[in-house]
Amino acid sequence: MSDAASTYVIVGAGQAGGELAAELRKLGYAGRIVLLGEEPHIPYRRPPLSKAYLAGEIAETGLYVIQEAQLAKIGVEFVGNARVAAIDRAAKTVRLADGRAFAYDKLALTTGGRARMLTLPGAERPNVLALRTIADVQKLKPYCQPGKRIVIIGGGFIGLETAAVARKLGLQVTVLEGLPRVLARVTVPEVSAFFERVHREAGVDLRTGVQIEGFEGEPEVTQVVLAGGEKIPADVVVVGIGLTPNTELAEAAGLAVDNGIVVDEHAQTSDPDIVAAGDCTNHPSEFLGRRVRLESVQNAMEQARSAARTMAGKPDPYRAVPWFWSDQYDLKLQMVGLSSGFDRFVVRGDLGGRAFAAFYLKDGRLIAADAVSRPQDFMFAKKLVAMAASVDPAQLADESVPLKNLVPA
Amino acid sequence: MPKIVFVQPDGRRQIVDAPVGQSLMEAATQNLVPGIVGECGGSCSCATCHVYIDEPWFSQLTPADEMEAGMLEGAVAPGPHSRLGCQVPVTDALDGLVAHVPPGQ
Ligand SMILES: Cc1cc2nc3c(=O)[nH]c(=O)nc-3n(C[C@H](O)[C@H](O)[C@H](O)COP(=O)(O)OP(=O)(O)OC[C@H]3O[C@@H](n4cnc5c(N)ncnc54)[C@H](O)[C@@H]3O)c2cc1C
Repeated sequence: MSDAASTYVIVGAGQAGGELAAELRKLGYAGRIVLLGEEPHIPYRRPPLSKAYLAGEIAETGLYVIQEAQLAKIGVEFVGNARVAAIDRAAKTVRLADGRAFAYDKLALTTGGRARMLTLPGAERPNVLALRTIADVQKLKPYCQPGKRIVIIGGGFIGLETAAVARKLGLQVTVLEGLPRVLARVTVPEVSAFFERVHREAGVDLRTGVQIEGFEGEPEVTQVVLAGGEKIPADVVVVGIGLTPNTELAEAAGLAVDNGIVVDEHAQTSDPDIVAAGDCTNHPSEFLGRRVRLESVQNAMEQARSAARTMAGKPDPYRAVPWFWSDQYDLKLQMVGLSSGFDRFVVRGDLGGRAFAAFYLKDGRLIAADAVSRPQDFMFAKKLVAMAASVDPAQLADESVPLKNLVPA
Repeated sequence: MPKIVFVQPDGRRQIVDAPVGQSLMEAATQNLVPGIVGECGGSCSCATCHVYIDEPWFSQLTPADEMEAGMLEGAVAPGPHSRLGCQVPVTDALDGLVAHVPPGQ
């Protein structure tokens, strides 16, 4: 069958789904592209949800990866409010929850994940919110008035970014983290301590190592009750405690799933006609030397492009070095690599100030770096990490040596 | 509506309509211009929208701030006319602007 007569269906109209559709066209694929999304919106960027969009600095259209008219112009048939309920791999069709069916020649799963919620009694009340979608932010916005009290459960990136915006908007902010420090899953105690200080200096009541017992108040929660009995008054509660990958659809279709839809370096699932990309996949990372499931824009976009190439019959493996960013107050955090397993930690700059770079080495090689408001250091660290460069820790720590000089020509 | 010209390293030119207020990065990604990715969505975090901007337009732009300048230093093949597309908003005065995509980006 000719390319032009074929139909490629993409399930999940998020960052990966949008990028995959656009990349198929860049690769010259001339057939039909159907993009099915459970949300009503065309593909949009999630990072601003806890940053500029929550702060009211950009409009909803500013979130769109590709504006609606452009999407139509490049021939992507977007169907919103379309939850795929089942995949029939033998008949090569997908069926929506509302009964509609779409036949595919090739299928892409870019289903992302959903916010984990608390199972405590009261967690279902209307002012206990997640922060994953435009709809979530629209529910949160009416509470974002000066003087209102927001209690944020979870001191991860989303919780801390939300805290920073809420302070900027004049709210009283409490952050409750169950572990002994914030960002515990992603960085070292020194960097956690930096962010804890920054948030406390901004007026956030940040508490670590606290357990939540439940919620009081009906119909809306008015107090969060901690183990030990202390009650924290709240007008709104935001829960940022992680993500559950949306893998049920793939699993029910009999695809291999293991903390994510299992794919190879070409984003191919265990079915040769189905690829998958983004937060929902478990993929082999050449860089890490193991399988990993990542939750980042970099991963969603780059893996989506690799998936598109596989679909278009022009395979090109996904071999990227993971990186991530987070904006909080005037600070920009940029991270590259994954620091787990490091044996040496080096700081350039002052952890007591507002800009530094932290480097992680293993067996003398740079495996990761976290830079706060030091863009040059981030950019050159990215190059050094990508080549697993051997670097002298003394030079890394020495601010008089530009990092650029450490990059082999 | 202002027009922006994107030039690939091999000389291929793409002329796109860019609404005032959109950034050069958005103008490129909306029109599938190769080599301009805009991974971070315009928050000056990734440098995947790096371009070289021709005169007379380059000198008319508000100069890069510290953050952008820092990112540019480590971008692919930075030069004296380098900018991050996401930090350059389209204005009527920029009609006809020519932006070159760096080789290998
Ligand atoms: C508030 C917030 C801030 C963030 N900030 C950053 C940041 O600063 N930097 C960074 O790198 N990353 C950040 N991230 C993470 C980043 O946004 C995600 O990694 C990225 O969106 C993943 O893209 P995806 O396409 O895999 O999944 P998603 O963007 O989640 O898209 C998946 C889509 O699939 C849909 N879907 C699921 N199941 C079905 C079905 N059965 N049928 C139809 N549709 C379905 C979902 O409704 C969803 O719209 C942030 C995330 C959030 C929520």
